[in-house]
Amino acid sequence: MLEDLTNWAPQLLTGLGLTVELTFGGMAIALVLALLLALGRISSSRWLRVPAAAFVELIRGSPLLLQLFYIYYVLPAVGLRLSPIMAGLIGLGINYGAYLSEVFRAGIVAVGRGQREAAESLGMSEGQTLRFVILPQAWRIVIPPTGNYFVSMFKDTALVSTISLAELMFQGQLIASDTFRYMTIYSIIFVIYVVISIPASMGVRWLELYFNRSMSSR
Amino acid sequence: MAKKIIEVQGLEKFYGSIQVLHGVDLTIMAGEVVVVIGASGSGKSTLIRCINGLEMFNGGDILIDGYILTPARTNNRQNREELKKIRREVGMVFQQFNLFPHKTVLENVTLAPVQVRKLAKDKATAGALRLLERVGLSDQVHKYPGQLSGGQQQRVAIARSLAMEPRVMLFDEPTSALDPEMVGEVLEVMRGLANEGMTMIVVTHEMGFAREVADRVVYIDHGRILEQGPPDAIFDNPQQERTKTFLSRVLRH
Repeated sequence: MLEDLTNWAPQLLTGLGLTVELTFGGMAIALVLALLLALGRISSSRWLRVPAAAFVELIRGSPLLLQLFYIYYVLPAVGLRLSPIMAGLIGLGINYGAYLSEVFRAGIVAVGRGQREAAESLGMSEGQTLRFVILPQAWRIVIPPTGNYFVSMFKDTALVSTISLAELMFQGQLIASDTFRYMTIYSIIFVIYVVISIPASMGVRWLELYFNRSMSSR
Repeated sequence: MAKKIIEVQGLEKFYGSIQVLHGVDLTIMAGEVVVVIGASGSGKSTLIRCINGLEMFNGGDILIDGYILTPARTNNRQNREELKKIRREVGMVFQQFNLFPHKTVLENVTLAPVQVRKLAKDKATAGALRLLERVGLSDQVHKYPGQLSGGQQQRVAIARSLAMEPRVMLFDEPTSALDPEMVGEVLEVMRGLANEGMTMIVVTHEMGFAREVADRVVYIDHGRILEQGPPDAIFDNPQQERTKTFLSRVLRH
């Protein structure tokens, strides 16, 4: 098995590299989208609120796998041809953006009306209130759950193997179909995912404790 | 004769189908200290929250130093522009302080001057330190609100509001959330402000403060101004039955 591992290592590392890139790239898209959607959903304008809510429901109401297929196989039919990596990033980003927007929205709402009123009564504009008063406090609330989504994204990148992205899972499948040694290769893949995601989850939990403590001391 | 600074005319306010203000008229002169009293739910907080636009209202209008606020439906651009100017003229102190917990005492006070009045940071800091000294908190400037007592927090909130150099200060039950032993220090700061000639509208249950500091006491009952006048007249010789009942209830203890 050790010999197998050294033989397969380069391929697996390439795959893992792409998995990590997809995780960070997808998360970057998701964070920006989530913030925009959350702001849209709490907006006083119906023209922002309704489309934002509809979009979130649409995404949350359908499987990620289907969304990836849709972006990769259906959009070219209407003239939007995306590379697998772009399709993967966008699919993951949109899906996680929709879920995260709920987290962000809850975080923003949790900051409380008094804070907004204080800022407004000082003559701050809506934008200034958000930037200097609401969001800095909302961040502390949403960082731990966002961390959990991060870890979750890392595992869900395996789904983009279905649109021919050669990330970790895909490399595993390639090796398996070459060697027929399913048990060995999939066990190795298993271990790689777990060895990364469990410490990452622990890190998130530590972050949560840290933020709880620093919040309560204030 | 002093100049009118606030004129509330026929103010009507509904929460859903419940009317909380019934055609309230109130004129405030520059430099005047007006204390608004009344039972909880009488509409006294709602009244001052309308004055700086934290609450929309349904009828009447509010003139503040040349700017005008009009009823609720009109959450339009013009109203919002007026509101922006009004809020620079009118400071507000809340029952729950509403300090920004993620910012230090000093940052709480400098935030709006830097962002809204576009003051240079060092100038805003100098001004903030002066104000914090005035409210007796020079030694707490780098702490966070959560590290201060309620009374100290409320004094920071007053300094934060003053930093915008408002022409009128509104106080919405500023001592109601405080432990009894901290009420005095906040009232002391307010008394100082009044003596310096600040125009103030104070919603409070502190009748001693009202009697001592107010130029005029306004009694609100079920969304109507029932009686107003100099504190001595209101407290010693109320004309309305309901004012008498209310005062006998709050003055007994």
